[in-house]
Amino acid sequence: MPVCSTDLESHRPALLRYALFRLPDRALAQDAVQDTFIAALEKPESFSGEAALGTWLTAILKHKILDMQRKLRRETTPTDDWEEDLSDLDTLFDHTGHWGSDAPRSWGKPEAALQDQQFWSVFEECSQRMSKRSALVFALREVHEMEIEQIGQQLEITAAHCSVLLYRARSSLRLCLEKNWFGGAR
Amino acid sequence: MLQCKQAARLLSQAQDTPLNLAQRWQLRLHLSLCDRCRHFQRQLGFMRRAARAAARLGSSDIVS
Repeated sequence: MPVCSTDLESHRPALLRYALFRLPDRALAQDAVQDTFIAALEKPESFSGEAALGTWLTAILKHKILDMQRKLRRETTPTDDWEEDLSDLDTLFDHTGHWGSDAPRSWGKPEAALQDQQFWSVFEECSQRMSKRSALVFALREVHEMEIEQIGQQLEITAAHCSVLLYRARSSLRLCLEKNWFGGAR
Repeated sequence: MLQCKQAARLLSQAQDTPLNLAQRWQLRLHLSLCDRCRHFQRQLGFMRRAARAAARLGSSDIVS
């Protein structure tokens, strides 16, 4: 079954979105999609035509992402934000330990946002603002639903470190969503 | 009495591991008095649902 590049191109946005939520940054996600297209064009015979093209491409993409995640785990070395130090988050609180000016406000009924395409671009944007390591841990925990002990083993960090990275990721995402979506008149 | 700073940290932790009895009690007391931390708690739950929904969206062709 022949595969042509214009067919592939129509699947790019969906594949990119799939990759974005599993990899820590846009450049990596774009690489993963590109690698998928190359693999698809090189081995068109592995596409039986029984499955939808999108399904087949997603299956290839999944493997590319797994490879990249494996590589990232090997490459990420303990530096700055692996530290258990949370002082960068102290600015969220005043000297008495109470929330400061960025205190959480009500998001009303946030589920409605899940139906809104614009919300997803904000969500994506906000996810990209986390550090790479935080984003990786966040994806492994929240999307892949791995336990923090498992994540810790894979990344060779303690579960406590992992917990700190998650706290940092969540705080960053929360603040960004509140400022850019749930804040103000919404 | 917990400070918000400690409560927020515990709320994040509670998403990943069960808290011990003392932590649960302290948190419950704090949450009964602090609407900001209650917002934080709800937002953590929502962000988890959103992250999962995002991953599902990405695997279908609904959003282009």
